[in-house]
Amino acid sequence: MNALPKRDGYDVVVVGAGPAGLAAAATAAEAGLSTLLLDENAGAGGQVWRAITSTPVTERGQLGADYWAGAKLVEAVRASGAEIIQRATVWSLDRNLEVGVSVGGASAFVGARRVILATGALERPFPIPGWTLPGVMTAGAAQTMLKSSGLVPDGRTVIAGQGPLLWLLAAQILRLGGRIDRILDTTERRNYLAALPHAFAFMTSPYFAKGLAMIREVRAKVPVVSGVTELAAAGDGQLASVSYAAGSRRETIPVELLLLHQGVVPNVNLAMAAGIEHRWDDLQLCWSPVLDGDGNTSIAGIAIAGDGAGIGGAAVAVIRGHIAARAAVETLTPAAAAKSASLATLKASLSQAERGRAFLDTLFRPARQFRIPSGDTIVCRCEEVTATDILDAVAIGATGPNQLKAYRRTGMGPCQGRLCGLTVTELMAQARDKTPQEIGYYRLRAPVKPITLAELASVPKTEADVQAVVRG
Amino acid sequence: MFKRSDQDSRQSVHIFVDGAAIEAREGDTVSAALLVSGRDVRRATAVSGAPRLPYCMMGVCFDCLVTIDGIGNRQGCLVPVAEGMQIEIQKGKREIGR
Repeated sequence: MNALPKRDGYDVVVVGAGPAGLAAAATAAEAGLSTLLLDENAGAGGQVWRAITSTPVTERGQLGADYWAGAKLVEAVRASGAEIIQRATVWSLDRNLEVGVSVGGASAFVGARRVILATGALERPFPIPGWTLPGVMTAGAAQTMLKSSGLVPDGRTVIAGQGPLLWLLAAQILRLGGRIDRILDTTERRNYLAALPHAFAFMTSPYFAKGLAMIREVRAKVPVVSGVTELAAAGDGQLASVSYAAGSRRETIPVELLLLHQGVVPNVNLAMAAGIEHRWDDLQLCWSPVLDGDGNTSIAGIAIAGDGAGIGGAAVAVIRGHIAARAAVETLTPAAAAKSASLATLKASLSQAERGRAFLDTLFRPARQFRIPSGDTIVCRCEEVTATDILDAVAIGATGPNQLKAYRRTGMGPCQGRLCGLTVTELMAQARDKTPQEIGYYRLRAPVKPITLAELASVPKTEADVQAVVRG
Repeated sequence: MFKRSDQDSRQSVHIFVDGAAIEAREGDTVSAALLVSGRDVRRATAVSGAPRLPYCMMGVCFDCLVTIDGIGNRQGCLVPVAEGMQIEIQKGKREIGR
């Protein structure tokens, strides 16, 4: 399970074993295509179904039906004949559809006729003062520990931010006997009005009843402060307190753990490094790949499915995974395609599953002050660069994120911009009075995850590879 | 900061943190085991030496960097614990050669 791929080439290589990747791999392999599924985690499921085959949380109601829904798809992939490799880090992909993957400290390249990227989402940066202090984590981090190790907060805990995941996490923590002292809701009051035109679609979607029940469950047990417009963490080398403002109310709460969340955004690093075109999404406030209806990107042979294609949630991700794989099946083995659900059927269920998304996107559009920090607040966690540092660089001529690297090394640390990229783009756009699209993003390159030079040097090489770089 | 759920019936795994034995459970990642250990497991950043703990727990933030079995700069949140594993809290940059 943790060995390098068995073959040099596959019909389809799927990157990521979350909802979209599992669906894509199952569809491709069931159609008889040689399929390789590569995933970085110890077990399949991605983030939403994390540890679904190994979670110590046995009381099923505590994680909820949407969590356990993933088990069926994991079973389907296992039965499909796809080769599945866990703890495999894909660090390179190029326009020749060559995939560089690291497993257990050794790397190899595999070829593919089709690549389906299902690299999912990560949590939007939440750059408030003190967000690098030990004791400040993302809500997703707490949920990961809850699902995979049954861990829950037991000291003074505050959850701050907005969005569906925040309420789900709070409900799960309470069900498992964890502690939450306060929820600080940063949803902007004016968003409720802006979201109103989308309310009907939302209220007739499955999200509505579930969301309402969850919020009620949490509010019955935890004090919630709405309309929070300022937020800061403080402490000397360790989180000690959280301060907030909501209307005329200001308060500082002593706290041991602060969990932050303001939505998720596509994890673009591998796709961008492959050279796939992305555009700024003004509604979701992030970069999304330019795709056709089947998930095909600007590079022939590479498709993107799941939240990496634009945030849609798990149900949407599954359908997008089926669509991307189904399109690959139609091209590579048309006879097999005739036996399964048509693209038209899949697309009809996609628009059904996407119902209510516009409401969530509008309601939970994060406030400007929580996306674009100022002063001493750290923007780039790895290189420890503040908002002021970046504005100073703009003042002396830095035009965009790539130039800024030369001034301040932002985005050049190990996370490769994952935790600062969106902030840098929006901060520079604001400072230079440009749109994020005009300002652009970091030019990302392989390896998109760090590997050692020794590992790179040990990659199996053909005589032709060696000849290509030998002098004379 | 964190405690284990009562329903967790996974087997114990023993790992060492800077030489001291701690109990983890099968399937824990190194980072989860460190966070629930109750020990001071803050690393120090390579740039300023500021103390940090894991932030994202899903492989993207690199604030969980740790030395595992003599190899530095490992992402502790992606590595499952194994019996006898030797963890060193990384203070500053990875040292050359390890």
